[in-house]
Amino acid sequence: MKPGRISLAAFVALGLLSVPVQAETIQVIVDKLVFAPVDVNAKVGDTVEWVNKDAFAHTATATNGDWNVTLAPKQNGQLVLKKPGTTDYFCKFHPNMKGRVIVVP
Amino acid sequence: MIARLSAGLAAPVLAALCLLTAPVFAQGAKPTDPQIAHIAYTAGQLDIDAAKQALEKSKNKEVRDFAQDMVRDHTEVNKQALALVTKLNVKPEDNDTSRALTKQAAAKRGELSKLSGAAFDKAYVANEVAYHKTVNGALESTLIPSANNAELKSLLQTGLKIFQGHQQHAEHVAADVK
Repeated sequence: MKPGRISLAAFVALGLLSVPVQAETIQVIVDKLVFAPVDVNAKVGDTVEWVNKDAFAHTATATNGDWNVTLAPKQNGQLVLKKPGTTDYFCKFHPNMKGRVIVVP
Repeated sequence: MIARLSAGLAAPVLAALCLLTAPVFAQGAKPTDPQIAHIAYTAGQLDIDAAKQALEKSKNKEVRDFAQDMVRDHTEVNKQALALVTKLNVKPEDNDTSRALTKQAAAKRGELSKLSGAAFDKAYVANEVAYHKTVNGALESTLIPSANNAELKSLLQTGLKIFQGHQQHAEHVAADVK
């Protein structure tokens, strides 16, 4: 039994537990009027970043009215996810463009 | 006979555009790429003109926003179309379908010019729904399948997605201005 090793293991375990899970940025590519991926799986605190590769303006607009992100031509837009749940969204200018954000606590 | 043959060239497109209750012409006549480019460009320009009329006449925010979206998107599509035909060294060629579209749009503009307020808004948006439906039908059934050049076909396919979006958008606005 090497005490040094145990305390190191304990330290690592505690360290992992005490450090909050890193928030991530998840990209959605907007190209030729398609959101890809269609479904985003994320956690509360994560950021969704839409990368608009089209020369057209788009939006990412929640169908429940919770959020609306404007995507100028060839520009990015971001949204920090604040609460859990599944939200469908669409583009206000081209409502045939659809996606979904699934947020777990 | 010559007139009949040249009419036959554009007939499938015209039929697809539902502009004519024309006699059914022989199968096999397809629009050429220069004609397709001209039709697509003309269709976009006519929608820009319709939107400009709406921006002059309408005071309804939703209708004006929609019209601005039409100007912005169709201007961009036509900009891409011009860049493509320049790159491909294709000269867009006027044809019966483009002429029929232009004539019909002029008649509609005249009709709408006599309306104002809510009556104008309703008629403009209803025509936007019908117009996009017609053009999308023609793109799907005739223009895209007939396009030879892969880049032209791809641009038309992107255009179709945009215009299908416009059609849905117009349907939403139509439901609101009822």
